[in-house]
Amino acid sequence: MDQNSNGDDRQACCCEKAGEKSPAGMINRIEIVVGEIPQASTKLTLGDKIGSWKARWGINRMNYKINPGLYCVGDADNTSPVLVTANYKMSFDRLRKELSGINAWILVLDTKGINVWCAAGKGTFGTDELVSKILMTNLSKIVSHKTLILPQLGAPGISAHEVQKRSGFKVVFGPVRASDLKDFLKAGMKATSEMRQVKFTLYDRLVLTPIELVGTLKVSLMIFGVLFILNLFNANFFGLVDFYGYIGALLIGCVLVPLLLPWIPGNAFAWKGWLMGMLWAIGINVINGWPFYPEYGLVRALAYMLILPPISAFYAMNFTGASTYTSLSGVLKEMKTAVPAIIISTALGGILIILSSLIPSI
Amino acid sequence: MKHKYLRNVVTLKLNQEKCKGCGMCINVCPHAVFLLKGDKVQIADKDSCMECGACAKNCSFSAIEVKPGVGCAYGIMVGKLTGTEPSCGCSDGNNGCC
Repeated sequence: MDQNSNGDDRQACCCEKAGEKSPAGMINRIEIVVGEIPQASTKLTLGDKIGSWKARWGINRMNYKINPGLYCVGDADNTSPVLVTANYKMSFDRLRKELSGINAWILVLDTKGINVWCAAGKGTFGTDELVSKILMTNLSKIVSHKTLILPQLGAPGISAHEVQKRSGFKVVFGPVRASDLKDFLKAGMKATSEMRQVKFTLYDRLVLTPIELVGTLKVSLMIFGVLFILNLFNANFFGLVDFYGYIGALLIGCVLVPLLLPWIPGNAFAWKGWLMGMLWAIGINVINGWPFYPEYGLVRALAYMLILPPISAFYAMNFTGASTYTSLSGVLKEMKTAVPAIIISTALGGILIILSSLIPSI
Repeated sequence: MKHKYLRNVVTLKLNQEKCKGCGMCINVCPHAVFLLKGDKVQIADKDSCMECGACAKNCSFSAIEVKPGVGCAYGIMVGKLTGTEPSCGCSDGNNGCC
């Protein structure tokens, strides 16, 4: 009796919520001992792909989520493995797309629409949340075994021994990438050391650059606004060269440095950005006739070399957050030098630009 | 090609006296920092550590110590400006995973 009423609660809760927001990818509902469980497709639709693309460009990204709770793929039964993931829809999609031909349960934790690794760092993909979802979904009544497979990148938030102590479920950390899951399962839940390592390939870096660009839109518009207002006082202050100089420095910091990351000499991100930005500044001066037929004076040429490299350095430094291998201690150390240097160099460059506008002969 | 970041900065420490060689840290480390030598784990590539904290959190013998945090310049700046701990403000690290 008690079990029945539990089941009814679960059913109501599950149907209502799942129907609200996450019809995409759900192909069916299956009835099990504790109610109805949404069955997810292992194929991504065009809509899923567009949603993913939009999130990469920052459109609806912070609200790209599905309802937490239990889902299934295939004909899951009480012996099927339980895979745990985050409720960021891209995370869920990446997982289910790798599960064709597999019968499994997917336990989705409430990470506020954040991916597994970042949520684990914040603690929302955490021990407490996992234990509470195990209880909430009546998992021990649904499966007869006591094993959960977690993405390895959930480990910063999940203490496996703690979960076992508190819930009785044994946590097995699976591979980093969902695409290795089938091999992992085939090998009897054993990950190779290759599966355990995070990579950061050219493609991985490429897909992260749009969001970097979108993130700079606001600050770039503000900078243009200020320059425009300054130009109202003196039309000579800023011109076309400044405009494409800035855009180039920005693209270098947000796109070029991320793409060329391992091949640019040095270790600190700000340094890599500065170096590329300096090449760009020199390039601009050369395009404008330096040193033989200069279009502008030495002061302005110097100003570009003072102002453009730190702009690239700043945006490149911000890519530390998107990268997969920078430590807090390392970034703090890098910033200690980079931030003051960026501020001083930019300020000096700004003064020189204004000077050269006021006294065009220098 | 393995990415390299700054050298000799990370806060990772392993107490070999407490280590029982279970290898859990090797399982959870995304950068192959640890290596099993005999019946104990040792730190083989400390400079690759990104201080995610997964090893310390999953060491049931409390043999590992690390100050976990996000290596995110933007998060650190926001933290400094708002007087909070550095935390990643965005949702996306690389999520080539699930």
